[in-house]
Amino acid sequence: MIYDALIGPFTEFEFMRRALAAVIALSLAGAPIGVFLMLRRMSLVGDAMAHAILPGAAVGFLLSGLNLFAMTAGGLIAGFAVAILAGLVARSTGLKEDASLATFYLASLALGVTIVSIKGTNIDLLHVLFGNILAMDDQTLLVVAFNATVTLLVLAVIYRPLVIESVDPLFLRTVSRAGGPAHLAFLALVVINLVNGFQALGTLLAVGLMILPAGIARFWSRDLTVMICIAVVAAAVSGYAGLVLSFQTRVPSGPAIILVASALYIVSVLFGRVGGVVRQLFPGRHLEA
Amino acid sequence: MAALHFHNVTLGYDRHPAVHHLNGEVAPGALLAVIGPNGAGKSTLLRGIVGILRPLDGSIHLGGLDSRDIAYLPQSAEIDRSFPISVLDFVATGLWRGTGLFGGIGKAAREKILRAIASVGLNGFENRPIGTLSGGQMQRVLFARVLLQDAGLIVLDEPFNAIDSKTTADLLALVKHWHGEGRTVLAALHDMEMVRTHFSETLVLARGPVAWGPTAEVLTPENLMVAMRMCEAFDDSAAACSADDARSRAA
Repeated sequence: MIYDALIGPFTEFEFMRRALAAVIALSLAGAPIGVFLMLRRMSLVGDAMAHAILPGAAVGFLLSGLNLFAMTAGGLIAGFAVAILAGLVARSTGLKEDASLATFYLASLALGVTIVSIKGTNIDLLHVLFGNILAMDDQTLLVVAFNATVTLLVLAVIYRPLVIESVDPLFLRTVSRAGGPAHLAFLALVVINLVNGFQALGTLLAVGLMILPAGIARFWSRDLTVMICIAVVAAAVSGYAGLVLSFQTRVPSGPAIILVASALYIVSVLFGRVGGVVRQLFPGRHLEA
Repeated sequence: MAALHFHNVTLGYDRHPAVHHLNGEVAPGALLAVIGPNGAGKSTLLRGIVGILRPLDGSIHLGGLDSRDIAYLPQSAEIDRSFPISVLDFVATGLWRGTGLFGGIGKAAREKILRAIASVGLNGFENRPIGTLSGGQMQRVLFARVLLQDAGLIVLDEPFNAIDSKTTADLLALVKHWHGEGRTVLAALHDMEMVRTHFSETLVLARGPVAWGPTAEVLTPENLMVAMRMCEAFDDSAAACSADDARSRAA
Protein backbone atom coordinates (compact mmCIF):
# COMPACT_ATOMS: atom_id res chain seq x y z
CA MET A 1 0.00 0.00 0.00
CA ILE A 2 2.65 2.51 1.10
CA TYR A 3 4.98 1.02 -1.49
CA ASP A 4 2.36 1.56 -4.19
CA ALA A 5 1.91 5.19 -3.18
CA LEU A 6 5.54 6.22 -2.62
CA ILE A 7 7.71 4.02 -4.83
CA GLY A 8 5.31 2.37 -7.26
CA PRO A 9 4.93 5.36 -9.59
CA PHE A 10 8.68 5.45 -10.17
CA THR A 11 9.17 1.71 -10.80
CA GLU A 12 6.15 1.60 -13.05
CA PHE A 13 6.50 4.67 -15.26
CA GLU A 14 9.58 5.87 -17.04
CA PHE A 15 8.43 9.49 -17.23
CA MET A 16 8.26 9.55 -13.43
CA ARG A 17 11.82 8.24 -13.17
CA ARG A 18 13.04 10.90 -15.59
CA ALA A 19 11.17 13.57 -13.67
CA LEU A 20 12.77 12.39 -10.42
CA ALA A 21 16.24 12.43 -11.95
CA ALA A 22 15.63 15.92 -13.31
CA VAL A 23 14.39 17.28 -10.02
CA ILE A 24 17.38 15.83 -8.14
CA ALA A 25 19.78 17.42 -10.64
CA LEU A 26 17.96 20.72 -10.24
CA SER A 27 18.19 20.46 -6.45
CA LEU A 28 21.91 19.68 -6.42
CA ALA A 29 22.81 22.77 -8.43
CA GLY A 30 19.96 25.20 -7.77
CA ALA A 31 19.78 24.99 -3.98
CA PRO A 32 23.41 26.13 -3.32
CA ILE A 33 22.87 29.02 -5.75
CA GLY A 34 19.71 29.87 -3.85
CA VAL A 35 21.60 29.92 -0.55
CA PHE A 36 24.03 32.49 -1.94
CA LEU A 37 21.20 34.52 -3.48
CA MET A 38 19.57 34.69 -0.07
CA LEU A 39 22.76 35.49 1.87
CA ARG A 40 23.68 38.20 -0.63
CA ARG A 41 20.16 39.67 -0.20
CA MET A 42 19.46 38.93 -3.82
CA SER A 43 16.41 36.66 -3.43
CA LEU A 44 14.23 38.98 -5.45
CA VAL A 45 17.01 39.42 -7.98
CA GLY A 46 16.60 35.73 -8.79
CA ASP A 47 12.91 36.32 -9.24
CA ALA A 48 13.56 39.25 -11.55
CA MET A 49 16.06 37.23 -13.58
CA ALA A 50 13.43 34.53 -14.05
CA HIS A 51 11.25 37.06 -15.81
CA ALA A 52 14.16 38.42 -17.78
CA ILE A 53 14.80 35.12 -19.59
CA LEU A 54 11.27 35.08 -21.02
CA PRO A 55 11.89 37.01 -24.28
CA GLY A 56 14.84 34.82 -25.21
CA ALA A 57 12.83 31.67 -24.62
CA ALA A 58 9.94 33.22 -26.53
CA VAL A 59 12.13 33.98 -29.53
CA GLY A 60 13.38 30.38 -29.48
CA PHE A 61 9.76 29.27 -29.34
CA LEU A 62 8.82 31.52 -32.28
CA LEU A 63 11.66 30.21 -34.41
CA SER A 64 11.32 26.49 -33.75
CA GLY A 65 8.12 25.82 -31.84
CA LEU A 66 8.16 23.95 -28.54
CA ASN A 67 11.79 22.91 -28.92
CA LEU A 68 13.48 22.95 -25.54
CA PHE A 69 16.96 23.44 -26.98
CA ALA A 70 16.02 26.56 -28.91
CA MET A 71 14.14 27.92 -25.92
CA THR A 72 17.03 27.15 -23.58
CA ALA A 73 19.58 28.82 -25.83
CA GLY A 74 17.34 31.88 -26.23
CA GLY A 75 16.74 32.02 -22.49
CA LEU A 76 20.44 31.82 -21.75
CA ILE A 77 21.25 34.65 -24.15
CA ALA A 78 18.50 36.91 -22.82
CA GLY A 79 19.34 36.09 -19.23
CA PHE A 80 23.06 36.70 -19.67
CA ALA A 81 22.40 39.94 -21.51
CA VAL A 82 20.19 41.28 -18.75
CA ALA A 83 22.40 39.98 -15.91
CA ILE A 84 25.60 41.36 -17.37
CA LEU A 85 24.08 44.68 -18.43
CA ALA A 86 22.52 45.17 -15.02
CA GLY A 87 25.73 44.10 -13.30
CA LEU A 88 27.82 46.49 -15.36
CA VAL A 89 25.43 49.38 -14.81
CA ALA A 90 25.46 48.71 -11.07
CA ARG A 91 29.25 48.49 -10.94
CA SER A 92 30.04 51.49 -13.10
CA THR A 93 27.41 53.85 -11.67
CA GLY A 94 26.11 54.53 -8.19
CA LEU A 95 22.85 52.67 -8.93
CA LYS A 96 22.24 49.63 -6.72
CA GLU A 97 22.12 46.24 -8.37
CA ASP A 98 18.44 45.65 -7.57
CA ALA A 99 17.35 48.96 -9.03
CA SER A 100 19.25 48.53 -12.28
CA LEU A 101 18.01 44.96 -12.59
CA ALA A 102 14.39 46.02 -12.01
CA THR A 103 14.46 48.31 -15.03
CA PHE A 104 16.10 45.70 -17.27
CA TYR A 105 13.84 42.84 -16.26
CA LEU A 106 10.64 44.84 -16.67
CA ALA A 107 11.60 45.75 -20.23
CA SER A 108 12.57 42.15 -20.87
CA LEU A 109 9.36 40.72 -19.43
CA ALA A 110 7.18 43.07 -21.49
CA LEU A 111 9.09 42.06 -24.61
CA GLY A 112 8.72 38.36 -23.80
CA VAL A 113 4.97 38.45 -23.21
CA THR A 114 4.56 40.42 -26.43
CA ILE A 115 6.51 37.84 -28.43
CA VAL A 116 4.64 34.84 -26.98
CA SER A 117 1.23 36.39 -27.51
CA ILE A 118 1.99 37.22 -31.15
CA LYS A 119 2.23 33.57 -32.13
CA GLY A 120 1.45 31.15 -29.34
CA THR A 121 -1.79 29.52 -28.19
CA ASN A 122 -2.92 29.50 -24.58
CA ILE A 123 -1.52 25.97 -24.13
CA ASP A 124 1.90 27.15 -25.28
CA LEU A 125 1.78 30.08 -22.94
CA LEU A 126 0.90 27.77 -20.03
CA HIS A 127 3.81 25.51 -20.90
CA VAL A 128 6.22 28.44 -21.02
CA LEU A 129 4.95 29.90 -17.78
CA PHE A 130 4.69 26.69 -15.75
CA GLY A 131 6.83 24.11 -17.56
CA ASN A 132 6.19 20.38 -17.63
CA ILE A 133 8.57 18.13 -15.78
CA LEU A 134 6.64 15.02 -16.81
CA ALA A 135 7.49 15.59 -20.47
CA MET A 136 11.28 15.23 -20.18
CA ASP A 137 12.94 13.36 -23.03
CA ASP A 138 16.43 11.89 -22.83
CA GLN A 139 18.11 14.85 -24.45
CA THR A 140 16.45 17.38 -22.20
CA LEU A 141 17.40 15.35 -19.17
CA LEU A 142 21.02 15.33 -20.34
CA VAL A 143 20.95 19.10 -20.80
CA VAL A 144 19.61 19.53 -17.27
CA ALA A 145 22.27 17.22 -15.82
CA PHE A 146 25.00 18.94 -17.84
CA ASN A 147 23.96 22.39 -16.62
CA ALA A 148 23.87 21.15 -13.05
CA THR A 149 27.38 19.72 -13.37
CA VAL A 150 28.75 22.93 -14.86
CA THR A 151 27.11 24.89 -12.06
CA LEU A 152 28.75 22.84 -9.32
CA LEU A 153 32.17 23.04 -10.99
CA VAL A 154 32.02 26.82 -11.48
CA LEU A 155 30.69 27.30 -7.97
CA ALA A 156 33.68 25.38 -6.63
CA VAL A 157 36.02 27.70 -8.53
CA ILE A 158 34.43 30.97 -7.36
CA TYR A 159 33.42 29.77 -3.90
CA ARG A 160 36.12 31.55 -1.90
CA PRO A 161 35.92 35.00 -3.50
CA LEU A 162 32.13 34.70 -3.51
CA VAL A 163 32.02 34.07 0.23
CA ILE A 164 34.50 36.84 1.02
CA GLU A 165 32.68 39.27 -1.25
CA SER A 166 29.44 38.47 0.53
CA VAL A 167 30.91 39.14 3.98
CA ASP A 168 33.37 41.95 3.35
CA PRO A 169 33.43 43.27 -0.23
CA LEU A 170 35.79 46.12 0.63
CA PHE A 171 38.40 43.70 1.94
CA LEU A 172 38.25 41.57 -1.19
CA ARG A 173 38.76 44.69 -3.30
CA THR A 174 41.94 45.51 -1.42
CA VAL A 175 43.49 42.05 -1.80
CA SER A 176 42.23 40.78 -5.14
CA ARG A 177 40.55 41.60 -8.40
CA ALA A 178 38.58 38.36 -8.32
CA GLY A 179 35.48 40.00 -6.82
CA GLY A 180 34.06 41.40 -10.05
CA PRO A 181 34.55 38.30 -12.19
CA ALA A 182 33.26 36.08 -9.38
CA HIS A 183 30.13 38.20 -9.10
CA LEU A 184 29.48 38.05 -12.86
CA ALA A 185 30.11 34.30 -12.91
CA PHE A 186 27.64 33.93 -10.08
CA LEU A 187 24.99 35.88 -12.00
CA ALA A 188 25.65 33.61 -14.98
CA LEU A 189 25.09 30.56 -12.75
CA VAL A 190 21.81 32.06 -11.59
CA VAL A 191 20.72 32.36 -15.23
CA ILE A 192 21.83 28.81 -16.11
CA ASN A 193 19.89 27.37 -13.23
CA LEU A 194 16.80 29.43 -13.97
CA VAL A 195 16.80 28.18 -17.55
CA ASN A 196 17.37 24.69 -16.20
CA GLY A 197 14.44 24.93 -13.86
CA PHE A 198 12.44 26.62 -16.58
CA GLN A 199 12.05 23.35 -18.49
CA ALA A 200 10.72 21.60 -15.44
CA LEU A 201 8.87 24.27 -13.54
CA GLY A 202 8.38 27.14 -16.01
CA THR A 203 9.55 30.74 -15.84
CA LEU A 204 7.38 31.71 -12.91
CA LEU A 205 8.25 28.84 -10.55
CA ALA A 206 11.83 28.04 -11.58
CA VAL A 207 13.24 30.31 -8.91
CA GLY A 208 11.12 28.52 -6.28
CA LEU A 209 13.35 25.45 -6.15
CA MET A 210 16.32 27.78 -5.49
CA ILE A 211 14.98 30.27 -2.96
CA LEU A 212 12.55 28.18 -0.89
CA PRO A 213 15.13 25.53 0.12
CA ALA A 214 17.55 28.33 1.01
CA GLY A 215 14.89 29.93 3.20
CA ILE A 216 14.27 26.56 4.85
CA ALA A 217 17.98 26.01 5.51
CA ARG A 218 18.34 29.43 7.19
CA PHE A 219 16.07 28.24 10.00
CA TRP A 220 18.11 25.13 10.80
CA SER A 221 21.77 26.14 10.79
CA ARG A 222 24.20 29.02 11.27
CA ASP A 223 26.93 27.32 9.28
CA LEU A 224 27.27 27.92 5.55
CA THR A 225 28.29 24.38 4.60
CA VAL A 226 25.50 22.84 6.64
CA MET A 227 23.03 25.35 5.18
CA ILE A 228 23.94 24.35 1.66
CA CYS A 229 23.52 20.64 2.48
CA ILE A 230 20.16 21.21 4.14
CA ALA A 231 18.99 23.28 1.17
CA VAL A 232 19.93 20.54 -1.30
CA VAL A 233 18.15 17.88 0.76
CA ALA A 234 15.09 20.10 1.23
CA ALA A 235 14.90 20.74 -2.51
CA ALA A 236 15.24 17.06 -3.40
CA VAL A 237 12.65 16.03 -0.82
CA SER A 238 10.24 18.69 -2.09
CA GLY A 239 10.82 17.47 -5.63
CA TYR A 240 10.17 13.84 -4.75
CA ALA A 241 7.13 14.54 -2.58
CA GLY A 242 5.75 16.98 -5.14
CA LEU A 243 6.00 14.36 -7.88
CA VAL A 244 4.20 11.78 -5.72
CA LEU A 245 1.54 14.32 -4.80
CA SER A 246 1.11 15.26 -8.42
CA PHE A 247 0.84 11.60 -9.48
CA GLN A 248 -1.79 10.75 -6.88
CA THR A 249 -3.93 13.87 -7.05
CA ARG A 250 -3.48 15.27 -10.56
CA VAL A 251 -2.20 18.59 -9.21
CA PRO A 252 0.16 19.86 -11.94
CA SER A 253 3.70 18.72 -11.12
CA GLY A 254 5.51 22.10 -11.02
CA PRO A 255 3.10 23.76 -8.60
CA ALA A 256 2.96 20.55 -6.51
CA ILE A 257 6.74 20.64 -6.00
CA ILE A 258 6.72 24.29 -5.00
CA LEU A 259 3.70 23.75 -2.70
CA VAL A 260 5.53 20.99 -0.84
CA ALA A 261 8.60 23.25 -0.52
CA SER A 262 6.34 26.02 0.80
CA ALA A 263 4.86 23.65 3.37
CA LEU A 264 8.38 22.71 4.51
CA TYR A 265 9.20 26.41 4.68
CA ILE A 266 6.20 27.13 6.93
CA VAL A 267 7.17 24.24 9.21
CA SER A 268 10.71 25.66 9.37
CA VAL A 269 9.48 29.18 10.16
CA LEU A 270 7.42 27.74 13.01
CA PHE A 271 9.75 25.13 14.43
CA GLY A 272 13.22 25.99 13.11
CA ARG A 273 16.11 25.74 15.58
CA VAL A 274 17.60 29.06 14.47
CA GLY A 275 15.11 31.88 15.03
CA GLY A 276 11.93 29.82 14.52
CA VAL A 277 8.70 31.27 15.91
CA VAL A 278 8.13 28.58 18.55
CA ARG A 279 11.74 28.81 19.63
CA GLN A 280 11.38 32.55 20.09
CA LEU A 281 8.12 32.28 22.00
CA PHE A 282 9.39 29.54 24.31
CA PRO A 283 13.16 30.01 24.48
CA GLY A 284 13.49 28.21 27.80
CA ARG A 285 15.20 29.67 30.88
CA HIS A 286 18.18 31.88 30.23
CA LEU A 287 21.60 30.35 30.65
CA GLU A 288 24.19 31.02 33.31
CA ALA A 289 26.82 32.41 30.94
CA MET B 1 63.02 55.34 -0.77
CA ALA B 2 59.78 56.55 0.83
CA ALA B 3 57.07 54.04 1.65
CA LEU B 4 54.48 56.47 0.34
CA HIS B 5 54.89 59.46 -1.88
CA PHE B 6 52.04 61.92 -2.49
CA HIS B 7 52.48 64.01 -5.55
CA ASN B 8 49.94 66.85 -5.70
CA VAL B 9 47.18 64.40 -4.77
CA THR B 10 43.56 65.48 -5.04
CA LEU B 11 40.97 62.89 -4.02
CA GLY B 12 37.24 63.34 -3.98
CA TYR B 13 33.81 62.46 -5.16
CA ASP B 14 31.95 63.82 -8.19
CA ARG B 15 34.86 66.17 -8.99
CA HIS B 16 34.52 67.81 -5.54
CA PRO B 17 37.84 67.52 -3.72
CA ALA B 18 37.83 65.97 -0.23
CA VAL B 19 41.64 65.98 -0.09
CA HIS B 20 43.11 68.92 -1.93
CA HIS B 21 46.65 69.18 -3.37
CA LEU B 22 48.52 67.02 -0.89
CA ASN B 23 52.27 66.69 -1.30
CA GLY B 24 54.70 64.79 0.87
CA GLU B 25 56.35 61.55 1.83
CA VAL B 26 55.92 58.90 4.47
CA ALA B 27 59.21 57.27 5.45
CA PRO B 28 59.41 53.47 5.71
CA GLY B 29 58.64 52.34 9.24
CA ALA B 30 56.87 55.58 10.14
CA LEU B 31 54.08 55.66 12.69
CA LEU B 32 51.86 58.42 11.33
CA ALA B 33 48.64 59.72 12.84
CA VAL B 34 46.21 61.50 10.52
CA ILE B 35 43.97 63.88 12.44
CA GLY B 36 41.40 66.48 11.55
CA PRO B 37 37.72 67.30 12.07
CA ASN B 38 34.92 65.22 10.59
CA GLY B 39 34.82 65.71 6.84
CA ALA B 40 38.49 66.69 6.73
CA GLY B 41 39.23 63.93 4.22
CA LYS B 42 41.01 61.47 6.51
CA SER B 43 39.06 58.43 5.34
CA THR B 44 39.20 59.62 1.76
CA LEU B 45 42.97 59.88 1.92
CA LEU B 46 43.26 56.36 3.32
CA ARG B 47 40.92 55.00 0.65
CA GLY B 48 43.15 56.64 -1.93
CA ILE B 49 46.25 55.03 -0.45
CA VAL B 50 44.82 51.51 -0.52
CA GLY B 51 43.61 52.03 -4.07
CA ILE B 52 39.85 51.85 -3.56
CA LEU B 53 39.50 55.47 -4.69
CA ARG B 54 41.39 56.75 -7.70
CA PRO B 55 42.88 60.26 -7.37
CA LEU B 56 41.07 63.00 -9.30
CA ASP B 57 44.47 64.51 -9.88
CA GLY B 58 48.11 63.85 -9.02
CA SER B 59 49.43 60.47 -7.98
CA ILE B 60 50.24 58.28 -5.00
CA HIS B 61 53.39 56.16 -5.27
CA LEU B 62 53.77 53.08 -3.12
CA GLY B 63 57.57 53.02 -3.13
CA GLY B 64 57.95 49.53 -4.56
CA LEU B 65 55.14 48.04 -2.51
CA ASP B 66 52.66 45.78 -4.25
CA SER B 67 49.09 46.96 -3.67
CA ARG B 68 48.52 43.60 -1.99
CA ASP B 69 51.22 44.48 0.52
CA ILE B 70 48.83 46.88 2.20
CA ALA B 71 46.51 45.87 5.01
CA TYR B 72 43.51 48.15 5.34
CA LEU B 73 41.13 48.32 8.26
CA PRO B 74 38.15 50.42 7.18
CA GLN B 75 35.96 52.47 9.46
CA SER B 76 32.77 50.66 10.53
CA ALA B 77 33.56 48.16 7.80
CA GLU B 78 30.91 47.28 5.27
CA ILE B 79 30.87 43.83 6.79
CA ASP B 80 27.71 41.78 6.57
CA ARG B 81 27.73 40.50 10.14
CA SER B 82 24.67 38.31 9.49
CA PHE B 83 26.62 36.13 7.05
CA PRO B 84 27.18 32.68 8.57
CA ILE B 85 30.97 32.62 8.85
CA SER B 86 33.03 31.69 11.89
CA VAL B 87 35.72 33.85 13.49
CA LEU B 88 38.33 31.32 12.36
CA ASP B 89 37.27 31.41 8.70
CA PHE B 90 36.93 35.17 8.73
CA VAL B 91 40.39 35.76 10.17
CA ALA B 92 41.77 33.14 7.76
CA THR B 93 40.86 35.41 4.82
CA GLY B 94 43.84 37.48 5.93
CA LEU B 95 46.02 34.76 4.40
CA TRP B 96 44.60 35.51 0.94
CA ARG B 97 47.96 36.63 -0.43
CA GLY B 98 49.36 33.17 0.26
CA THR B 99 46.34 31.02 -0.49
CA GLY B 100 44.59 32.91 -3.29
CA LEU B 101 41.58 31.25 -4.85
CA PHE B 102 42.44 27.63 -4.27
CA GLY B 103 45.35 27.32 -1.87
CA GLY B 104 44.60 25.06 1.04
CA ILE B 105 45.04 25.97 4.67
CA GLY B 106 47.40 23.42 6.11
CA LYS B 107 48.47 22.70 9.63
CA ALA B 108 51.08 25.47 9.77
CA ALA B 109 48.64 28.06 8.42
CA ARG B 110 46.02 26.92 10.88
CA GLU B 111 48.48 27.37 13.72
CA LYS B 112 49.18 30.88 12.46
CA ILE B 113 45.48 31.72 12.41
CA LEU B 114 44.98 30.40 15.92
CA ARG B 115 47.99 32.40 17.14
CA ALA B 116 46.59 35.56 15.54
CA ILE B 117 43.24 35.01 17.23
CA ALA B 118 44.98 34.35 20.54
CA SER B 119 47.14 37.46 20.26
CA VAL B 120 44.07 39.69 20.06
CA GLY B 121 42.70 37.93 23.15
CA LEU B 122 39.92 35.94 21.54
CA ASN B 123 40.91 32.38 22.49
CA GLY B 124 37.86 30.18 22.51
CA PHE B 125 35.98 32.32 20.00
CA GLU B 126 37.26 30.41 16.96
CA ASN B 127 33.98 28.74 16.07
CA ARG B 128 31.64 31.58 17.00
CA PRO B 129 29.76 33.14 14.06
CA ILE B 130 30.88 36.76 13.63
CA GLY B 131 27.26 37.86 14.05
CA THR B 132 27.40 36.99 17.76
CA LEU B 133 30.39 39.23 18.60
CA SER B 134 30.25 42.59 20.33
CA GLY B 135 31.61 45.71 18.64
CA GLY B 136 34.91 45.52 20.52
CA GLN B 137 35.31 41.81 19.80
CA MET B 138 34.64 42.41 16.11
CA GLN B 139 37.34 45.07 16.09
CA ARG B 140 39.73 42.54 17.66
CA VAL B 141 38.82 40.08 14.89
CA LEU B 142 39.62 42.71 12.26
CA PHE B 143 42.99 43.35 13.92
CA ALA B 144 43.69 39.63 13.88
CA ARG B 145 43.07 39.61 10.14
CA VAL B 146 45.40 42.58 9.62
CA LEU B 147 47.98 40.67 11.66
CA LEU B 148 47.75 37.68 9.31
CA GLN B 149 48.02 39.89 6.24
CA ASP B 150 51.62 40.46 7.25
CA ALA B 151 51.72 43.70 5.24
CA GLY B 152 54.49 46.24 4.91
CA LEU B 153 52.01 49.12 5.06
CA ILE B 154 49.14 49.05 7.53
CA VAL B 155 46.32 51.57 7.14
CA LEU B 156 43.86 51.93 10.01
CA ASP B 157 40.78 54.14 9.71
CA GLU B 158 39.65 55.28 13.17
CA PRO B 159 40.43 51.88 14.67
CA PHE B 160 39.52 52.83 18.23
CA ASN B 161 36.10 54.38 17.68
CA ALA B 162 33.46 53.21 20.16
CA ILE B 163 35.90 50.79 21.78
CA ASP B 164 36.39 50.55 25.56
CA SER B 165 39.71 51.50 27.16
CA LYS B 166 40.83 47.91 27.79
CA THR B 167 40.34 46.91 24.16
CA THR B 168 41.93 50.16 22.98
CA ALA B 169 45.00 49.50 25.12
CA ASP B 170 45.32 45.93 23.82
CA LEU B 171 44.96 46.96 20.19
CA LEU B 172 47.23 49.96 20.59
CA ALA B 173 49.91 47.62 21.91
CA LEU B 174 49.52 45.62 18.71
CA VAL B 175 49.94 48.79 16.62
CA LYS B 176 53.16 49.63 18.48
CA HIS B 177 54.33 46.04 18.00
CA TRP B 178 53.86 46.45 14.23
CA HIS B 179 55.79 49.70 14.38
CA GLY B 180 58.55 47.87 16.24
CA GLU B 181 58.72 45.29 13.46
CA GLY B 182 59.53 48.05 11.00
CA ARG B 183 56.16 48.17 9.27
CA THR B 184 54.76 51.52 8.15
CA VAL B 185 51.57 52.31 10.04
CA LEU B 186 49.06 55.07 9.20
CA ALA B 187 46.07 55.67 11.43
CA ALA B 188 43.23 58.18 11.26
CA LEU B 189 42.50 59.18 14.84
CA HIS B 190 40.42 61.53 16.99
CA ASP B 191 41.97 61.10 20.39
CA MET B 192 44.60 63.88 20.66
CA GLU B 193 45.96 62.49 23.93
CA MET B 194 46.65 59.14 22.29
CA VAL B 195 48.31 60.79 19.31
CA ARG B 196 50.50 62.89 21.58
CA THR B 197 51.70 59.94 23.65
CA HIS B 198 51.98 57.17 21.09
CA PHE B 199 52.47 58.54 17.58
CA SER B 200 55.76 60.09 16.54
CA GLU B 201 54.52 61.82 13.41
CA THR B 202 51.24 63.62 12.69
CA LEU B 203 49.44 64.98 9.66
CA VAL B 204 46.76 67.56 10.44
CA LEU B 205 44.33 67.43 7.56
CA ALA B 206 41.55 69.84 6.71
CA ARG B 207 40.92 69.01 3.08
CA GLY B 208 44.34 70.51 2.41
CA PRO B 209 47.28 69.69 4.68
CA VAL B 210 47.43 72.11 7.63
CA ALA B 211 50.65 70.79 9.11
CA TRP B 212 52.76 67.65 8.84
CA GLY B 213 55.74 66.68 10.95
CA PRO B 214 56.85 65.47 14.38
CA THR B 215 53.79 65.30 16.62
CA ALA B 216 55.15 67.64 19.29
CA GLU B 217 55.64 70.43 16.73
CA VAL B 218 52.49 69.86 14.72
CA LEU B 219 49.88 69.27 17.40
CA THR B 220 49.51 72.89 18.48
CA PRO B 221 46.27 74.71 19.40
CA GLU B 222 46.83 77.08 16.45
CA ASN B 223 47.00 74.27 13.90
CA LEU B 224 43.93 72.60 15.38
CA MET B 225 41.99 75.89 15.25
CA VAL B 226 42.86 76.28 11.57
CA ALA B 227 41.67 72.74 10.90
CA MET B 228 38.42 73.27 12.82
CA ARG B 229 37.52 76.37 10.84
CA MET B 230 37.60 74.44 7.60
CA CYS B 231 34.31 74.64 5.77
CA GLU B 232 32.74 71.19 5.51
CA ALA B 233 30.17 71.62 2.78
CA PHE B 234 30.89 71.18 -0.88
CA ASP B 235 30.05 74.24 -2.95
CA ASP B 236 27.82 72.95 -5.73
CA SER B 237 28.64 75.88 -7.97
CA ALA B 238 32.40 75.76 -7.36
CA ALA B 239 34.50 76.57 -10.39
CA ALA B 240 37.14 74.15 -11.66
CA CYS B 241 40.26 74.34 -9.50
CA SER B 242 42.86 76.65 -10.97
CA ALA B 243 45.82 75.74 -8.75
CA ASP B 244 47.31 73.65 -11.54
CA ASP B 245 47.15 76.54 -14.02
CA ALA B 246 48.87 78.83 -11.55
CA ARG B 247 51.58 76.21 -11.01
CA SER B 248 52.25 75.75 -14.71
CA ARG B 249 52.36 79.53 -15.27
CA ALA B 250 54.91 79.86 -12.50
CA ALA B 251 57.01 77.15 -14.08
